[in-house]
Amino acid sequence: MMNETMNKIIKARKKRRNRYVGITIILAIITIVLCCTMMILGNTIYPVADVIDVLLGETIPGASFAINEIRLPRTVAGLFAGFAFGAGGYIFQTMLRNPLANPNVIGITTGSSAAAVFCIIVLHTSSTVVSLAAVVGGLVTVAIIYGLSKGTSFSIGRLILIGIGIQAMLNAFISYLMLIGKTNDLPNALRWLSGSLNGAELEMTYPLIIAVVIVTPVLIYFAKQLEMLELGEQAATSLGVNTNKTRVILMISAVLIIALATATTGPIAFIAFLAGPIAQRVVGVGFSNILPAGLIGVILVLGGDLIGQFAFETRYPVGVITGIIGAPYLIYLLIRINRKGDI
Amino acid sequence: MKNIPEKGNKQRLLPKHLAKVVALLLILLIVSIGMSLAFGSRTISLEGLIDGLFHPSVESHEASVVRQRIARTIFGLICGAALGVSGALMQSVTRNPIADPSILGVNTGASLFVVCGIAFLSIHSPSEYIWLAIVGAMLTAVFVFGIGSMGASGATPLKLVLAGAATTAILSSLVTAILIPRTNVMDQFRFWQVGSVGSANWDSVHIFIPFFMAGIVIAILVAPALNALALGDEVATGLGVRTGVIRMLAAFAGVLLCGAATALAGPIGFIGLLATHLIRLVVGPDVRFLIPLAAVSGAIILLISDVCGRFLGSPGELEVGILTAFIGAPILILITMKAKMRTI
Repeated sequence: MMNETMNKIIKARKKRRNRYVGITIILAIITIVLCCTMMILGNTIYPVADVIDVLLGETIPGASFAINEIRLPRTVAGLFAGFAFGAGGYIFQTMLRNPLANPNVIGITTGSSAAAVFCIIVLHTSSTVVSLAAVVGGLVTVAIIYGLSKGTSFSIGRLILIGIGIQAMLNAFISYLMLIGKTNDLPNALRWLSGSLNGAELEMTYPLIIAVVIVTPVLIYFAKQLEMLELGEQAATSLGVNTNKTRVILMISAVLIIALATATTGPIAFIAFLAGPIAQRVVGVGFSNILPAGLIGVILVLGGDLIGQFAFETRYPVGVITGIIGAPYLIYLLIRINRKGDI
Repeated sequence: MKNIPEKGNKQRLLPKHLAKVVALLLILLIVSIGMSLAFGSRTISLEGLIDGLFHPSVESHEASVVRQRIARTIFGLICGAALGVSGALMQSVTRNPIADPSILGVNTGASLFVVCGIAFLSIHSPSEYIWLAIVGAMLTAVFVFGIGSMGASGATPLKLVLAGAATTAILSSLVTAILIPRTNVMDQFRFWQVGSVGSANWDSVHIFIPFFMAGIVIAILVAPALNALALGDEVATGLGVRTGVIRMLAAFAGVLLCGAATALAGPIGFIGLLATHLIRLVVGPDVRFLIPLAAVSGAIILLISDVCGRFLGSPGELEVGILTAFIGAPILILITMKAKMRTI
């Protein structure tokens, strides 16, 4: 009897594991296809062979410039920023056990932007310092929101409301900075305020690439503990997880990659919000979904950018497209949550 | 409401500090009007101020500067009052402490309709697009409130705020999508992104006045019934109040006021929230006093914010919407921190 049950459990686990692996591979393939499309499509369409030649170092007049200077940076920025937004957003949603509690809604990206714009306009620091300030700004915002919402008893609703209040203040502060800023600082600062892959440069993506490469294994390592956190604080503690340490590490990692992604592409609307729930739906619960969530983030960013570039007469930045796609989903989610009656 | 015994209870019906509060508010109002006329890129002496206001024959430079600032000041005055009353009405109708046009996304709804008007219907004068703004504000209010009040627990602050935030996100994405290919519209619309009374003139005042009066009159008429509504729908019905009609009227007036203000000044947030809470703190929840006093304090807040903006932004100006958000948002945070769990 015992053996039979065990076998059943093992079989079910295997089945889920296979599903997880299968879906992750499918997502990875879609990502690669989108990356290739990003490299091929543009004002002139270059054949795959040309693209590969140029990437390997050959010089083809015209194609070299378009591919090396425009399409490659754009694709790389979208790839890593999408992954960072998706994975980081998923961490927040899982940790706070609420899909609505994501860095966009509770104002963490705004904290990063405010710190960055302050550095650009008031302190005139180098771009490395600006990125660093964005990370610190995001962390400080998290700390403030968390501290204020603790009160007598912690509630996620209170955290979200306070986050929205903080966000309103930070936005006002940013508007003030933009007003007093010198005209030649403004384009630099604007990058922080709207999500777009336009004007991406390869050098600017290096900090993000390094951070994503380092942080992703950390996140996956802690994924098991994250999964236990999903069961609730008490259950996690009784399973031997040091909840505070895990939370702090995960929070810092998530803010780090999200802030650096914002530094590269600006806050692309709703990626951090959408990727988690979509990953949950396609993969199902049972395994930590960091990789799928990150890949879905990439697919949303690159797909959104392709739509923005080629679907209409005017070229739209990716943030507008993801905003129009993402916000209705947020409303749908709200309606569903409200009907069930538990936020 | 009229059946309450007159004797003995009369004392209790008037808030304790009413006289003091009214006196203080009136003094503050006069001071802020004076400041709005006197301060700016050029500061005017008291003498010049009096010349400009009361001696039309005097033709000094200072006097003419003061006269130029009159329209802006009056506009700020009614705009602040409208937003204050609008906040008080919306909070009463939704029985919700954090209802404010900006939080509910009503401002963005007005923005979207105005942008559509400028872009697709080639409407250019404020007297025409004020109607669009009001329609946009109303549709958005209905939409947000509809989503926010689904489910068993009704319209809790959190649900309303989230519905408002989501709606704002969609609407502002649409606004951007409409604006990007049309640079000429973007120029017209730019002053609108942040609320400002800087470009107000006598025309804006004239356009605003009818809407303002209509909204205020409705607000004052429904105030006693709103008091009954605060006791709960059953009690209110028992007192002879037609709850549905009153709600509709009050919401209509609230949206009318903030829609008109948004059409002319752009989105100015948090004034309703701030004014209503300050007044409720000192005179209590009686809507009959809340509405006029919220009007006065809304006007004071807007005028003082506007004056501060002239200093902080110099040599230019810091738009008043930026300042009100900065002062008002902490109130939202404070309310949330104080609120009990279940009421969120």
